[in-house]
Amino acid sequence: MKPGIGYRASPARGLLFAFFIALLTCAGIAHAQAIEPMSFTDHTQELRFQHLTHQLRCPMCQNETLADSNAPIARDLRNQIFKLMQQGKSDEEIKQYLVARYSNYILYDPPLKPGTVLLWFGPLAILLAGAGVVLVAIRKRRREGVDTKTVGDSADNGEDW
Amino acid sequence: MNRLLPFIGFMLLVGLFGFGIWWNTRHDPNAIPTPLLNKPAPAFNLPKLYEPTQTVSKADLLGQPYLLNVFASWCIECGVEHPVLTAAAPSLGVKLVGYNYKDAPADAKAWLAAHGSPYALLIADESGQTAIDFGVYGAPESFLVDAKGVIRFKHIGPITPDVLATKVKPAIAAMLKETP
Repeated sequence: MKPGIGYRASPARGLLFAFFIALLTCAGIAHAQAIEPMSFTDHTQELRFQHLTHQLRCPMCQNETLADSNAPIARDLRNQIFKLMQQGKSDEEIKQYLVARYSNYILYDPPLKPGTVLLWFGPLAILLAGAGVVLVAIRKRRREGVDTKTVGDSADNGEDW
Repeated sequence: MNRLLPFIGFMLLVGLFGFGIWWNTRHDPNAIPTPLLNKPAPAFNLPKLYEPTQTVSKADLLGQPYLLNVFASWCIECGVEHPVLTAAAPSLGVKLVGYNYKDAPADAKAWLAAHGSPYALLIADESGQTAIDFGVYGAPESFLVDAKGVIRFKHIGPITPDVLATKVKPAIAAMLKETP
């Protein structure tokens, strides 16, 4: 390879680099737009606001929190939460306010109630069922007099399949 | 039996996966169930789109049922449901009220001038503040409110001919049968 080729390639590479830098800057701007200035009374209130909006789901884009989302409704709800905070409402009251309008979907942490029992304990039930299957299999093998050594040896001989 | 166990387990997973796919084609995963169903509609007081000095409140609309259709000129799917609503409005059996959501009045008027208005009444919520009380999070959304001001039905997304025939019209019929 002649060195000249390498040199000719570099401006393109520089352009590509500049392009990626530009992309990164755009991402920064896009992120900054989601956070509009709000006149918090103090830093504690700001932290409370951030904490609360991170626990709430944007109804429009359900994989984003209200804090992260750029959707118009997320912006409106952030403003509404801010307004309710200035009125002295507690976090719990604000959550109730939103649940009354947008249902439990707005909460990232769903409450434990009859409709969500499966959601809360389903994984545990599946885990227990799996453990049960394993236990039964082990006991059966033990009863059949298969010791662990031969199980290890016979695992790859394809007999079970 | 032991040899069949992994296969049965696999088929169970296939079944669960198939159910998930079927379930997602049957309902809109983005539609949030409204807690307001069969509850009184929130109180509102909004200006008319064409006469902003006059306002319309919930109390003004009591006494006769209406279909509140949340729409906006910026909303693409509203253009999809618009011809359906226009065709259905005369035979709907209830008043069709247009709820112009987060829209510049000039844009809304231009949009209605271009597409025609099926609405008997048009109210405007430019800030979207009142819409929060209704649990609105996008457009289009439609609420069926009865004569007593109770929300009887809600549809999220465009009213397609299919939605009109299988959901909206039966909901209206059920409501009218109950409260003639």
